[in-house]
Amino acid sequence: MISKSCGDLKDWKDSRVAPDFDGQRHAPFLTAGTSSFTDFLGLAAPDLLPARAAAGGGASADGLDLPHATTIVAATCADGVVIAGDRRATMGNMIAQRDIEKVFRSDEFSAVAMAGTAGIGMDLIRLFQVELEHYEKIEGRILSLEGKANRLAAMVRGNLGAAMQGLVVIPLFVGFDTDRGVGRIFSYDAAGGKYEEHRFFSIGSGSVFARGSLKKLYRDEMPIADTVMACMQALYDAADDDSATGGPDVSRGIYPVVATITADGYERLTDADTATYATTVVQGRLASPDGPTVSPG
Amino acid sequence: MPFYVSPEQQMKDKADFARKAITRGRSGVVIDYDAGFLFVSPNPSRALHKFSELYDRIAFAAAGRYNEFERLRQAGVRYADLTGYQYDRQDVTARGLANWYAQVLGTIFIESNKPLEVEIVVAEVGSAADDDQIYRITFDGTVAEEHHYLVMGGQTDPVATVLKERYTEGSTLAGAMAVAVAALAAGQAASQGSGQGGAAQGNGSSERTEITAASLEVATLDRSRTSHRMFRRLEGARLEALLAQARVSGTVAEPADAPGTSAAPDAPAAGPDDSPAA
Repeated sequence: MISKSCGDLKDWKDSRVAPDFDGQRHAPFLTAGTSSFTDFLGLAAPDLLPARAAAGGGASADGLDLPHATTIVAATCADGVVIAGDRRATMGNMIAQRDIEKVFRSDEFSAVAMAGTAGIGMDLIRLFQVELEHYEKIEGRILSLEGKANRLAAMVRGNLGAAMQGLVVIPLFVGFDTDRGVGRIFSYDAAGGKYEEHRFFSIGSGSVFARGSLKKLYRDEMPIADTVMACMQALYDAADDDSATGGPDVSRGIYPVVATITADGYERLTDADTATYATTVVQGRLASPDGPTVSPG
Repeated sequence: MPFYVSPEQQMKDKADFARKAITRGRSGVVIDYDAGFLFVSPNPSRALHKFSELYDRIAFAAAGRYNEFERLRQAGVRYADLTGYQYDRQDVTARGLANWYAQVLGTIFIESNKPLEVEIVVAEVGSAADDDQIYRITFDGTVAEEHHYLVMGGQTDPVATVLKERYTEGSTLAGAMAVAVAALAAGQAASQGSGQGGAAQGNGSSERTEITAASLEVATLDRSRTSHRMFRRLEGARLEALLAQARVSGTVAEPADAPGTSAAPDAPAAGPDDSPAA
């Protein structure tokens, strides 16, 4: 960082032309020539890029106890796609936050959620939201779902340096493909690899348990209410076996964040709705603690 | 041999050049109504817009040379998105954008040989009509705060006269549309009249140039929208319906009608597809 700012100062002094402060300040805005907000940020204010800020120093972040976001599940259904996330953030063995939100609207027809280092993840998602809206405003059209997924992949790859130091963040991206009329799910790895998932998927520390649960509950072309219920059950199972995933907090009234994306666009379920789903799950578990069963075979 | 040109003369030449170019185009109108701002301008193109979204509550309108104001629009979107990302969404304001545009235009006017042939408007809807703001920024970086309505580009006088006569505060969308369309028609009639010489002047006003939905670009900044983005283009069937309502309310409410009787039903219910594609 320090060496870079010295470089800037030198350029300034060496320039033959009298520094016209207005022209220099406005130049990136007028000449950026890109529809990507992230690329523009790299030109105009690189220090604001989440990955750049995190990658300074080169030391490992292993010794730091930072809040980590945990489990996210997503499943496609007849009308589109459902995504849900628990509300816990952990810091080592401590609970950092009971009511963190990890599922966000990214635009009218998509949502993004994250697991991993919460601080970086939140900024990554905020940048992604601006990225999509920025493209829409500059170009006058909405990116294709595949295009949005690819942009997110590039942004995760931009975080690779920070990920190597231990600040890993993994998003899960879901959206309604308006061209094909179906809901789709995209998962990522820390190196920016993008993988389209079919039917259902989960990420985060409780993802193994959640996926096992979804595998048994998921049916193709389920109605949206059943899909939300399956996701709720899966999050309950994840919380049951993973200490970092939070279950429904009945006493405080904190329940998972659930969003649906259909042809009508993104919609987040109201707190009252999620409370109803969560209470049904909890009531069911009072009778059978391991959840709904069917006879094998 | 280089000639000496005084700074005064240089500035005057540049200003005359820009002013002449902007006057050649067609006028656009920005007018407020009970739920925000209405933008109306003749524009046969469906793709090259004069009005656009800058940020949640803020819109951009321009007259003049397209490639120049399009570049300014994109720069404004970058400025707004950067400010909103760096601070918070509510920290992006029309005043900030207007000042920024004024500096950009002022710098270009002074430093380059050719000034930009544009006139731009930055409008912001507040949570109530009292908080609405409109700023006009001209080619040399002059900022002016306007109230309720304005005309940009083209021969402004005939358009402004009609706006002044017929504007009423807190009218419906259809009412505002009627005023805007009447003002633009007056502007077109005047420019045709002057084009054909004095003899045709009398005909110009009686044979009103027909303004159709296909020839108009219309957009609103609507504070009643549930989305965080208030800008919306009105196109196709929705625009046809609004124009039809405006014609009704325009004839009914013409001379000093009691406010309220002109209340044609507001724009047809917006479908879920009204995402503000810029």
